[in-house]
Amino acid sequence: MATVETNLAPHAHVEEHEHHEPDSFWRKYIFSEDHKTIAKQYLISGIFWSIIGISMSVIFRLQLGFPDMELGFLKPILRGWINESNKLDPNFYLALVTMHGTIMVFFVLTAGLSGTFSNFLIPLQVGARDMASGFLNMLSYWFFFVASVLMFASLFLETGPAGGGWVIYPPLSALPQAHISSELGMTLWLASMALFIVSQLLGGINYITTVINLRTRGMSFSKLPLTIWAFFLTAVLGLISFPVLLSAALLLIFDRSFGTSFYLSEIYINGEALPNVGGSPILFQHLFWFLGHPEVYIVMLPALGITSEIIATNARKPIFGYRAMIASMMGIAFLAFIVWAHHMFVTGMNPFLGSIFMFLTLIIAVPSAVKAFNYITTLWRGNIRFTPGMLFSIGLVSFFISGGVTGLILGNSALDIQLHDTYFVVAHFHLVMGASSAFGLLAGVYHWFPKMFGRLMNEKLGYVHFWMTFIGIYCVFFPMHYIGIAGFPRRYYAFTSYDFTKNIFADMNSFISIAAIITFSAQFLFLFNFVYSLFRGKRSPQNPWKSNTLEWTAPINPGHGNWVGEIPAVYRWPYDYSKPGAKDDFIPQNVPYSQTPESNLPHENELIGLEKEIEAQNLNDQFKQPH
Amino acid sequence: MKEELESIDYTLEEPDETLSMNPKKFIMWLFIVSSVMFFAAFTSAYLVRRAEGNWLEYTIPAVFSYSTAVLLFSSLTIHLAYLAAKKDRFGLMRTAISITFVAGVIFLYMQFQGWVQLVDQKVFFVGNPAGSFMYIFTLFHGLHLIVGLIILLFALKAAFQLSIHAKSLNQLEIAATYWHFLDVLWLYLFAFLIYFH
Repeated sequence: MATVETNLAPHAHVEEHEHHEPDSFWRKYIFSEDHKTIAKQYLISGIFWSIIGISMSVIFRLQLGFPDMELGFLKPILRGWINESNKLDPNFYLALVTMHGTIMVFFVLTAGLSGTFSNFLIPLQVGARDMASGFLNMLSYWFFFVASVLMFASLFLETGPAGGGWVIYPPLSALPQAHISSELGMTLWLASMALFIVSQLLGGINYITTVINLRTRGMSFSKLPLTIWAFFLTAVLGLISFPVLLSAALLLIFDRSFGTSFYLSEIYINGEALPNVGGSPILFQHLFWFLGHPEVYIVMLPALGITSEIIATNARKPIFGYRAMIASMMGIAFLAFIVWAHHMFVTGMNPFLGSIFMFLTLIIAVPSAVKAFNYITTLWRGNIRFTPGMLFSIGLVSFFISGGVTGLILGNSALDIQLHDTYFVVAHFHLVMGASSAFGLLAGVYHWFPKMFGRLMNEKLGYVHFWMTFIGIYCVFFPMHYIGIAGFPRRYYAFTSYDFTKNIFADMNSFISIAAIITFSAQFLFLFNFVYSLFRGKRSPQNPWKSNTLEWTAPINPGHGNWVGEIPAVYRWPYDYSKPGAKDDFIPQNVPYSQTPESNLPHENELIGLEKEIEAQNLNDQFKQPH
Repeated sequence: MKEELESIDYTLEEPDETLSMNPKKFIMWLFIVSSVMFFAAFTSAYLVRRAEGNWLEYTIPAVFSYSTAVLLFSSLTIHLAYLAAKKDRFGLMRTAISITFVAGVIFLYMQFQGWVQLVDQKVFFVGNPAGSFMYIFTLFHGLHLIVGLIILLFALKAAFQLSIHAKSLNQLEIAATYWHFLDVLWLYLFAFLIYFH
């Protein structure tokens, strides 16, 4: 590659850093240290896991929606888990629910979302050649890969995968003899999650370091795109909360496999007392939710960051309240750590303590509302272009609001006693965190696909995909609120045995299941679009969305090192859209104020004097190119 | 608060140099942050569990005090190595790193002896969580220390290859930072165990 460039531009060879030989296939695509390749690896893994995770939900929705249905046709896939009477095995139902949760929360919306977009966008948007440590970044992916292999392997165990819910509360999860799904499946779950946490920590450490230390000249924190702010705060959340889950998981592993009693006390199984004394199962819940709640924001913040960027770009307007957006994300990140016990209102907690956690929980509504209003005000009177990415971003805002509002209800400790562990909770978090975060992921893929693969995705298919998914998701989760208020508990195999559930809402459950199947099938449109556009999509121009951020100044297919020659310097914030007086309706971040006298505001004219200083700054180039 | 943020005068902003720290060093500090959270989880779990009663009382074997002294000493020697490297005194640097390494190994051995004495006192890993936590603290601190020993080995190798000197201190600084962290971490855990006994 270097030789080709020498022919075109004689000086290019000098700038090419020295040990740049063509990498072997393995180094380039498999054990790559390049952030863009690692991002794509995460994306493909995330897509793979989401297919599995969502398929699982469709299978248990069949059971819930149509309890009398003959499921014999699933025998080729599920084998022994469809019993003689062609019904889904109840134990496997529990495993399906558990694995759906685990896979979607951790493997798709944490690894697939943060892993893809933090890796891809952080170096490109802050103006760095690569992550701070390419090696750690590669290690992060491969830890994730091994975690994935273990989790995947657990699906094929004779005793089935873990089945104690994705929250794996002991004692159920701590005692292999407690339930079939607490056997080897749970061991593999814990081993897989321990590796997953290591992977997330390696990734997060890299993200933080890159954002803080490897920004290009002029890229101060107040000029960072909101995507980067979101990824940065997400990584900080992960860095602080994931080690706690690791501690909790390790103690659980010791309880399971070495006979300690951290979470176990005075338990009788089949009339026989276990030797464990003095443990506390509530302790696990505290440790788990200390991660578990920030995890919600680890899933949500990147999606919100992506949305901020896409909405501003496609509304052709500066984001409304840039600093308020940052402040509210910081507020959310801070509050995330002091609200965990609202998941534990019914554990016999002191009601006074409960009301403190209730108060703190409800405060989260403030920064969340700031964000929601800012999205709407950014859209207000904008010159909106409805690209598929934009539609998914607007969809996210819709889900974020309608799911967030029920959060106010659940956050009340008194109301939560009725609604705890019902379908109301399921509806709430699927809307506010599941669907909105998934929409952020999809929006991001549609928006940055041209940067990732140099081609555009098909818009028409994107529109069909959006509307089917958007309407479908509301049809799935909106009715669940009613089922939840009626008291239907989550994770139950069937509602036929209880007087208060057996005669009502069967039709509603069928409706939800049908909507789920339609929504699921719409995702294959996306999958087709993705694969088709990968090879046959229209070739993308360098800046297809006329966006301001730095990644669009890099070549269409950026090579290792992202920019040929010097990394661009940054002079302005990333949201100069439709600036009065400007020639175009966008001014990229690397355009100095001295070049845009027609649109400068008075204080910006004063900044022209600083441009020389910015240019004289340390290049901050990892590849040590000549100044 | 929001209005305050909005009203900040943008013109006062100076263009700051973006690079503030060597990225590798920064990575080490972030790793330390996550380790702190890891152990904070254990110690909070300890407190929560202890507050529930049914807590085994036992005396902490004296060997843990001695091992603490050894670890403190090794922290001094790694600092000596750093000072030596700053002055390009390679012989002293190599000796000091080696002594730190040996002290680290001795510390691990003494921790193990501590376990043996705990078992003699009939405080087992399996049983009342009071004892289990003791083992957990020492075990995971020990694992972190083994990582520290590996980092020291790399530093020693670099020291013999003359790639650590007054103008290239990063590797040694990272090793020293981590080693001091291990020291402080153990002091915290040990003081915690004594205080909340």
